[in-house]
Amino acid sequence: MYRSHVLVCGGTGCTSSGSGEIISTFERELAKNDLDKEVKVVRTGCFGLCALGPVVIVYPEGSFYSRVKAEDVPEIVEEHLLKGRIVSRLLYEETVEDDEILSLNETDFYKKQHRVALRNCGVIDPENIEEYIAVDGYEALGKCLTEYTPEQVIQIIKDSGLRGRGGAGFPTGVKWSFAAANAADQKYVCCNADEGDPGAFMDRSVLEGDPHAVIEAMAIAGYAIGASQGYIYVRAEYPIAVKRLQIAIGQAREYGLLGKDIFGTGFDFDLDVRLGAGAFVCGEETALMTSIEGKRGEPRPRPPFPAVKGLFGKPTVLNNVETYANIPQIILKGADWFASMGTEKSKGTKVFALGGKIHNTGLVEVPMGTTLREIVEEIGGGIPNGKKFKAAQTGGPSGGCIPAEHFDVPIDYDNLLAIGSMMGSGGLIVMDEDNCMVDIAKFFLEFTVDESCGKCTPCRVGTRRLLEMLDKVTKGKATMEDLDKIESLCYYIKENSLCGLGQTAPNPVLSTLRYFRDEYIAHIVDKRCPAGVCKDLLQYVIDPAKCRGCTLCSRVCPAGAISGEVKTPHRIDPAKCVKCGACMEKCKFGAISKK
Amino acid sequence: MANKKTKLPFKGTKEQEEQLRSFIRALPDKDSAVITVLQKAQEIYGYLPEEVQLIVADELGVSPAEVYGVSTFYSQFSLNPKGENKISVCLGTACYVKGSGDIFNKLVEKLGIQGGECTPDGKFSLEACRCIGACGLAPVLTVNDDVYGRLTVDDVDSILAKY
Repeated sequence: MYRSHVLVCGGTGCTSSGSGEIISTFERELAKNDLDKEVKVVRTGCFGLCALGPVVIVYPEGSFYSRVKAEDVPEIVEEHLLKGRIVSRLLYEETVEDDEILSLNETDFYKKQHRVALRNCGVIDPENIEEYIAVDGYEALGKCLTEYTPEQVIQIIKDSGLRGRGGAGFPTGVKWSFAAANAADQKYVCCNADEGDPGAFMDRSVLEGDPHAVIEAMAIAGYAIGASQGYIYVRAEYPIAVKRLQIAIGQAREYGLLGKDIFGTGFDFDLDVRLGAGAFVCGEETALMTSIEGKRGEPRPRPPFPAVKGLFGKPTVLNNVETYANIPQIILKGADWFASMGTEKSKGTKVFALGGKIHNTGLVEVPMGTTLREIVEEIGGGIPNGKKFKAAQTGGPSGGCIPAEHFDVPIDYDNLLAIGSMMGSGGLIVMDEDNCMVDIAKFFLEFTVDESCGKCTPCRVGTRRLLEMLDKVTKGKATMEDLDKIESLCYYIKENSLCGLGQTAPNPVLSTLRYFRDEYIAHIVDKRCPAGVCKDLLQYVIDPAKCRGCTLCSRVCPAGAISGEVKTPHRIDPAKCVKCGACMEKCKFGAISKK
Repeated sequence: MANKKTKLPFKGTKEQEEQLRSFIRALPDKDSAVITVLQKAQEIYGYLPEEVQLIVADELGVSPAEVYGVSTFYSQFSLNPKGENKISVCLGTACYVKGSGDIFNKLVEKLGIQGGECTPDGKFSLEACRCIGACGLAPVLTVNDDVYGRLTVDDVDSILAKY
């Protein structure tokens, strides 16, 4: 027994900012103070509040230390762990109120959250199967194998209303029942852990923080559809997740929870990990399976659907990480419990990766139906630097931008579609007035052009033509006629592309056209970028009333575009200016602006 | 983009070839192994020149075209050698809206190379990458395995100076 536990976040964000060194310093300092038998250091998964990383929580007090550095560790050990005095200067400021220390669940960031898929992240040691078992791990699998028939398992998942968390939101139980209905000598269960949507990292956090939940759920799926082999397709860019997954699979085999005759019921199931090699299109189910087969990850037409002809031509079920992470809880707590959360057609919770121009970047899990306002303003802590909210982007390169006017729409699959975006995997990037919406649309198009696999023409050629037209807009060379062409090409690509990548690629353009058409028009007609992003349309000017003639700007200008005598107002020659912004950055009097 | 054939001479050794061939021979299932084998080959050689892809095709019993098709499809595979220090700037959405594009451009200017290229002295190579999942630290770049987060354009010089 240990009297205290020090939980250190070992997720990618905190590891990047040095949590590995913090752990080793803790271990060294504890040993130095003879506390290593009394205090245990645990490397956990992600706590979610990545903005404050590296994060350390000390239990039983529940003290939440944020932005900890290795130099701070001796103080925490000596003061807190040896003398019992909490080091308040390092505490997350939200947990301190009138000298009283609040529990994490009382802070704005955690108060409205409800953790189902992330329940074990930041709580258990993901590299130790015993800790997972201690929180009811593998009990759901045992229950399925010994108490339920495969049909009953599928019925529970159907009744829960769980829909796929990877993008399109197809009902999981229905998907399973299709694969179960097809007789075959071999079937497969696959997990999509190729989180390609830039800005989303919930799947990575689940794999890093709670890998056994995914393994257990895949075994349950195997039992439900009659498969004995599973594959987890995970990005090679997630080394920590891959390592923990491999450790977890090894431990599960050792404990007889994977392999032959699980729980003595005669059910066989085993798992292999396949590393993705970096292709966004492999998030599409048929492309992912082609990639597991070792080939170019190109999608194929559906039907036949994977439930009929999937991996190696056999019936296959494919779900994403977050979907699987919900399964064991649904089995243990029942379909009604899960269905009691969320909205009419979207049950349960959803994890969002908050990023961009927001205070509390990180992972949040909220019941479906939570509004954007609650997520951005209350949980996310609003926009930094006193800037104004402009849009939230959801669904990554397949989604769209949601403007402030839809701040109070309850977020679920159907509502997001109705306002021109989509759930996608749950990336939620906040943008402020300094972001140009045409530039953002162009950014996503560049991504899809790059990632288009090239198999079908509407996507391969269409997205490229679309990008060229957007480029004209950002350079001030487009006409209003081009705007109509952009729109009709968008619909053409959507209707005619082979797979989800092409069918959704125009969404960022269409949604920004829908809500921010005036910005497009400003670029085309006024040759002006209202947010001051598109370089070709910018002009730097010096306000003669504010300029003191200090000459600093003319000295930093790399193009020699600024002239003027000492102590007299300077001016910028637009013909020579390369719009690097160095002058504006250096001016001490705020005399230089771009417009 | 940068996945063109390299002009640099191939410097692979017999040991490397033996390591690769014995890895392939030990595989239980060769039918779906092209990606796995190329990942191993890149680990051994650092990149995938034509000579290495021919070894892979030969040992797996598939056509060189099939191997080339796979190696040019996935962004993880590089047909060019990388620099001694590999710089990747994240251009994922969260980093992009926080200005990682400017950081990338600053590196292009400082190093005098484009994305996907290597400096003539072989010291640095530069690439843009898509989301490493450290969005909480945006904007982010990595040099080899070191991650630098919450960056501004002014940090570029001091980071380069460390290598």
